[in-house]
Amino acid sequence: MLNRINALFMLAVGIVMALVWPAMAQDKPRSGGELIFAVPSEPPSYDAHQEETFGVIHPVAPHYNTLLRTDPTDKTGTKPVGDLAESWTISSDQKTYTFKLRSGVKFHDGSDMTSKDVKASYDKIMKPPAGVKSLRAASYGAVESVETPDAHTIVFKLKWPESSFLLNLASPWNFIYKADILAKDPHWYEKNIMGTGPFLFVEHVRGSHWVGKKNPNYWDKGKPYLDSYRALFIKSSSAQVAAVRGERAHIQFRGFTPADRDSLVKALGNKITVQESPWDCVLMVNMHHDKKPFDDKRVRRALTLALDRYTASKNLSRIAIVQDVAGIQVPGTPWATPPEDLEKLAGYGRDINASRAEARKLLKEAGVPEGFSFTFKNRGVPQPYEPVGIWLIDQWKQIGLNVKQEIVEASAFHSMLKRGDFEVSMDFQCGFIVEPDLDIARFLAVSDANYGKHKDKVMDELYLKQARATSPEERKKYLRQFEKRLLDEEVHVFYTLQWHRIIPHNAKVRGWMVTPSHYLNQQLDTVWLAQ
Amino acid sequence: MSELVVGLEVPSRGSRLRAACGDFIRRRPLGAIGAAVILLMFAAALTAPLISPYDPVQVHFAAMLAPPSAEHWLGTDSFGRDVLSRLIYGSQTALIVGFGASLLGATIGALIGVASAYFGGRIDLLLQRFMDVLLSFPLIILALALVAILGNSIPNLIVAIMIPMVPRCALVIRSSALSIREMPYVDAARAAGFTHSRIILRHMLPNVMATYLVMLTAFLGQAILLEASLSFLGLGVQEPLPAWGLMLRGAAVEFAETAPWMAIFPGVAISLAVFAFNLFGDSLRDALDPRLRTQ
Repeated sequence: MLNRINALFMLAVGIVMALVWPAMAQDKPRSGGELIFAVPSEPPSYDAHQEETFGVIHPVAPHYNTLLRTDPTDKTGTKPVGDLAESWTISSDQKTYTFKLRSGVKFHDGSDMTSKDVKASYDKIMKPPAGVKSLRAASYGAVESVETPDAHTIVFKLKWPESSFLLNLASPWNFIYKADILAKDPHWYEKNIMGTGPFLFVEHVRGSHWVGKKNPNYWDKGKPYLDSYRALFIKSSSAQVAAVRGERAHIQFRGFTPADRDSLVKALGNKITVQESPWDCVLMVNMHHDKKPFDDKRVRRALTLALDRYTASKNLSRIAIVQDVAGIQVPGTPWATPPEDLEKLAGYGRDINASRAEARKLLKEAGVPEGFSFTFKNRGVPQPYEPVGIWLIDQWKQIGLNVKQEIVEASAFHSMLKRGDFEVSMDFQCGFIVEPDLDIARFLAVSDANYGKHKDKVMDELYLKQARATSPEERKKYLRQFEKRLLDEEVHVFYTLQWHRIIPHNAKVRGWMVTPSHYLNQQLDTVWLAQ
Repeated sequence: MSELVVGLEVPSRGSRLRAACGDFIRRRPLGAIGAAVILLMFAAALTAPLISPYDPVQVHFAAMLAPPSAEHWLGTDSFGRDVLSRLIYGSQTALIVGFGASLLGATIGALIGVASAYFGGRIDLLLQRFMDVLLSFPLIILALALVAILGNSIPNLIVAIMIPMVPRCALVIRSSALSIREMPYVDAARAAGFTHSRIILRHMLPNVMATYLVMLTAFLGQAILLEASLSFLGLGVQEPLPAWGLMLRGAAVEFAETAPWMAIFPGVAISLAVFAFNLFGDSLRDALDPRLRTQ
C-alpha cells in the first residue's frame, strides 16, 4: 500500500515537473538575441544632463551607468540601489553621504572608472561650466561639497538634510561621464557616447534607428543578456502599434492607449504580455488667481467639487491613458495619500451629489450666476488631454457652468501658460522618479511653473519642512498638510486623474518591469529574450 | 368678354413658383434630389432641439461605445454621447459655417469682380494680381494657415474658409461683368451721372446674379467639406460642440475596428451634404445658363 502511495506520489511529482519545467526554463535568463523597440521621439543631443525627453533615455541609457539606480525589480520605481556605487553610508545628521564605488569598472575605451569621473559628472550637473546647460542643477541646491578621498570613494556633504537626496542620485539622467573628456570639452557628450554601461555604441542614423551591442567587458558579469538592441524611431502611434503587431518591434517603452492594447491583445493573443502601472504623470487644472471669479477660493473649490473622479476612473480608463484617483503622489508609492485621507479632500468624496450641491452653494455665495461661462484652454494633444477636457467640461456643466474649450497647439501651450493668458487651463506634470520634492516643487510661489500666480507662504514652509524632515512619519505628516492646503483649503490647482501606463509587449521580452516612470529601467542589462 | 378676361389672367406668384419647382423636378431630377437633401439638412438644423433624442454634449458613461440599437439608432461615441443627436446638431455647425463662409466669400468676390470689371485699368490690374496671389495658395493650405493665425472659433473658421473663396468668385464674376460693362444701359447710367456705387450695385450686380448663385451653391459644398477637414485636423470647431468633421477624429479613429459607427455615420453625412450641394449647384447652373436652358 505504502509503495503504491509512493509510486503515485512520484508520478504526480513527475507530471508536475514535466508541466512546470519548460516554464521554469523560460524564466531563467537566456543570453542572445536583439531587442528591437520603437521610440516615439528622437534625441535632440546625446547628453542626458541637459535633455528632458525620453527620446534620449530610451536609446542612450544602455550605454551608461549612474551612481545609484532604482531597483529594476521594484514596481514602484522608488527604491534606490547601487549601480556604480557598491554600498553607501549616511551620517547620523543625514548631511554626509559616503559611497563606495565598484572596482573593475571600465569605460568602453578600456580606461578605469574612478571617483574622479563621478565627481566630474556631478560637477557638470550641479555647477555646469559657462555655456553648458544642466537642466537639473537646482535639484542639488543642498549639496555643499563633493569629495573624493580615494579612487573608489565619493562623499557628498549637504548643507541640510534632504529626504530626496538618495533618489536624486538614482536619477536616470545622471549618466557618469569620463572626467578627462569633460575636462577637455564639456560639450563632447552632446554628440558622442563613452560610458561604462552594458552596451557599446554602434550607430545612430537620424530619423531611422540607433544600435547598441553587448559590452563584453561589462563589470556585472553575465550581463547584459542581449547581444544587441535596436531602437527604431517611429513617431506615428499607429505605426508603432503596427510594428509590435507585425512583430517588427518587441516593445515600445513609453506606453500605448487602451484601444491599442485591446487591438494588440486581440490580434496576437498569448504572444503579447501586457504590463500596466499608474504613471507618474498627471493632468491638473490651473485657475488664474488674478482673474475673476477664480481669485475666489470658493469658486476654485466648486470646480474641483464638481468632478466625479471615481466614475471617471472606471470609464475614462477604457478610452484614455488615465485611471487612478490620486493626490499629490502616485498611488502605491511610499508617500501616496491613503484612500481614507484622500476621500476627505474636496472633490474626492464618494457622494457626488453632496459634492455638487456644495459646489452650487459655493458658486452662489461667490456671486457666480447659473450658466456662467468661461473658456478652458487645453493642449492640442490627443491623449489624454482631449478626453479629459471633454470630461471636465461635462462635469462643470453639472454645476451650472457653461464652459467653452479652446485648444492651444502643443508647441504654443507652454508659452500661453507662462504668459498667464488663461482663466482656467489644463496643466501637466510628468516626473522621472516618484518623489515629493521633485513632484510638488512646482507649487511653490517662486516656481516657474506657478502659472496660476498663487502666493501661499504656508505652503512654501510646509514644502521645506517635508523636504528636510528626518523621519518618514514626520515627512508624511507635512506632506498631508501640504496636500490639504493645495487641493482642499486653497485649491490653488487640482488634479484630475493619474495617467496610466500600458505596455503591451512581445511575450518573448523578459526581465523588464513597468514602473510609474517611462524614464526608469532603461539600461536593458536585465532584459532578455525567451525563445 | 368675361371669358376673354379669364383667359388672360396672370398666374399668382405662388403658382408660378410651384410651376417652376415642378419644372425643375421634371427636368433636373438629380438636382431635385440634392435640393431635398439640403432641405432635410435645414429642417434638421432648425428643429434640432425638438427632434434630437438626447443632449448632444451630455456624457453618459453607462452607454459608452454602444452599437446602433432601438435606444441609440446610430449608436454612441466613446463618451456615451448619442451619435444621431450629434449628427443632427452637427448639421447646424455645417450650415452656419458653410453658409457663412460661402455667402461672405461669394458676395465679397462678386463685389470685387464687378468693381474690377467696371473700373478697369490700373484698379483692375491691381485687384486681379492680388486675386492671383490668393489663388496661388491651395484652398486647404490657405484656410489652415488662416486658422492657425486667427485661432479656431466659429467666426474665425468662417473667415478662414471665406478668404480663399473670394478670388475664385471674383474671377468668374469679373468675366461676366466685363460684357455687362459695355451694355447701353450702363453707358446710359454713366451719362445720367449716377455714382459708381449706384451703377455697380443697382445696374451691374443684379445682372451677374445667376453666376453669383451658381458660385454660391458650388462654394457651399466646398465650405462644408473644408470645415469638416479643419475640424478633423483639430483646427476647426472644438469639443464638445458637435461637428461632423470633429466626430471623425480622435476616438473614432482609435475605435474604428470595434465601434465603426462612430466614423461611418458622420462620414456619410459629410459625403451626402457635399454631394447634395454639388448636385443642386450643377442643376442650378444648367437651369440658369441660357445656353443650357433648352437641353
